Amino acid sequence: MSRFLRNQGWVAGLFALLIFLFVVTKLIQPGYGSGDFGSLARAVLPYAFAVAAQTVVVIAGGIDLSVAAMMALTSVTAASMMNGASEEYALFVVPFVLAMGLVLGALNGVLIVVTRVPDIVVTLAMLFVLQGAALLVLGAPGGAAAEWLKASVIGTVPVPGLPDWADAWVPKALVLLVVCLCIVWIPLRRSRLGLSIYAIGSNELAAFRSGVPVARTRIIAYALSGLFAALGGLSLTISTGIGAPIPGPYLLASVAAVVLGGVALGGGKGGLLGPIIAVFVLRLVRTDLTLLAIDPNVTAIIEGLIMVAVVMFGAFITMRSRPAGATP
Amino acid sequence: MTDIATMPRPVSFARRLKRFMADRPLIPLIILLFILVVILQILRPGIVNERWLANTAKFAIPLAILAGCQTMTMLTGGIDLSVGTVATMSAFIMATQIVNQDPAVAFLLAMLPAVLIGLVNGIGVGVFRVHPLIMTLGTSLIGTGFLQVYQRTVIASGAKIPDFLNWLGTGVTYGFPNALLLFVPVAVLIVFMLNRTGFGRLLYAVGDNERAARLSGVRYWQVITALYILSSLLAGITGLLYIGLIKAPSLSLAEPLVLPSVAAAVIGGTSIFGGRGGYTGTIIGALILTVLTTLLTILQMPEGGRRILFGCIVLFVTAAYLRIVEDR
Repeated sequence: MSRFLRNQGWVAGLFALLIFLFVVTKLIQPGYGSGDFGSLARAVLPYAFAVAAQTVVVIAGGIDLSVAAMMALTSVTAASMMNGASEEYALFVVPFVLAMGLVLGALNGVLIVVTRVPDIVVTLAMLFVLQGAALLVLGAPGGAAAEWLKASVIGTVPVPGLPDWADAWVPKALVLLVVCLCIVWIPLRRSRLGLSIYAIGSNELAAFRSGVPVARTRIIAYALSGLFAALGGLSLTISTGIGAPIPGPYLLASVAAVVLGGVALGGGKGGLLGPIIAVFVLRLVRTDLTLLAIDPNVTAIIEGLIMVAVVMFGAFITMRSRPAGATP
Repeated sequence: MTDIATMPRPVSFARRLKRFMADRPLIPLIILLFILVVILQILRPGIVNERWLANTAKFAIPLAILAGCQTMTMLTGGIDLSVGTVATMSAFIMATQIVNQDPAVAFLLAMLPAVLIGLVNGIGVGVFRVHPLIMTLGTSLIGTGFLQVYQRTVIASGAKIPDFLNWLGTGVTYGFPNALLLFVPVAVLIVFMLNRTGFGRLLYAVGDNERAARLSGVRYWQVITALYILSSLLAGITGLLYIGLIKAPSLSLAEPLVLPSVAAAVIGGTSIFGGRGGYTGTIIGALILTVLTTLLTILQMPEGGRRILFGCIVLFVTAAYLRIVEDR
């Protein structure tokens, strides 16, 4: 029991914080209901996928700075492919864009392994490249999304056996998020590969000596990150109906949520649940600020301050947890 | 073992070339710059004249100063991505405050955010040990937020470019751009500081081996804080120069210079991992990028293509330098 608490204590605390924030929201805005929760879930969607992308790589002991740019590229690709195309064509676009994310993510990993340049530099260079590619695909915000895709995040999922009032609290966007993450994450977590990802993040040398294929595992981790980023890009296109070539603030948000979610920036620790709850916490704070009728620009400042503070706190914890005198 | 070592072994040309490039990185850079100018002259005969030289210098100078910020921070193993926002902020504040304020007061107001952002960066990186990339990205996000709020307050008063900045940014005297009056002292100062002063030595020491530097009594956080404040101040001054050149205050004025400034420092031979490099190479790197941009404009390469190219340059050059260092 104590072991469970130690392992899951952070996530449990975070969940309590989320509940507390919901209560605060309800106090600020007594009318806060299922519809608002639905829009919260829609707003969380791209952030959650960005965070999932970052989490996989951070657990493997790396960092991916190209997450936001990857989302921009996949988003504009999807939007420009679906522009003027038939509804059925989108059935082809979705797997294509996901495969693109997977391949580009794997490219990140291959470049890191082959050039032996640190991940932070490789993904920074990839950030430039992907941003440029996004601009080449679509010079200005535009494109379109298929109607059925747009409909897939709006409204609620009718769950058999649940009364209507409870049904209203199950937005499609949330279900989509949970399903997508579970399909990839749960089999991974239980497989040898998932163990390898944790192993190389925890101690690369030890993992190598125990026979973990370090290079292959790293490439796969980055490929998965690319896949999640592509899901994020798709969800951006779906929820806005267009694609924008300039990346949003997803890089900093993803790092902040990873830190807040209890995943150590050194690697090897944490899971996916914590960061996802952290995203909800960060978005809900934003909602509360908006409900308090604070100027949206000021909200952006406060949000930025919170994210920077969280990242600082995470770095501080990491520093403390290392033996004294060691270089971080 | 010994007979292998003493055996006369012909040194291959590639190896000698590598060693030559490692010892004197400036010469290949100058050759590259020269080749680019020749290509330009071939593509557009007659373009290389006195006016073109002055123009190239004018556009290379802001880039070179910002690349100086990157050079200094990279020497400690860091990077400063907030320079674009800082430059934009000081330029925008200067242009709006000059309307009602005394020039000296406007200048001080314009430099205030630069100092603040530098201070926060320095504390985040030096004390809390946040990765510089994440930290400076975060402060630049916050800075942009503040700028948006600030913009609302000055919408009524309008903006104007002070005559002095106009003269400094665009003016040409006897074929030499006036901006050189600012750049030459700044460049001399940076080169002198890096090579001849204790602070400069500390930057190299911290970047080369942080632990050793710390054990020899270097106060890491003080060095880093001073460095990031200096970097921000330089960025702020660049903003003032740049507004005189571009003449249109906007909220994204200097953002397009951020990626090239990183690329210029990397091309100039400064290692992104710290401890190696210098400002002279960076200046040539900035010139190379400016000429390259002209070349790409003539070849009608779109902005996206340019970014892809810059990303590839950063990755390729870093990987190449890594090989050279490993070889020695």
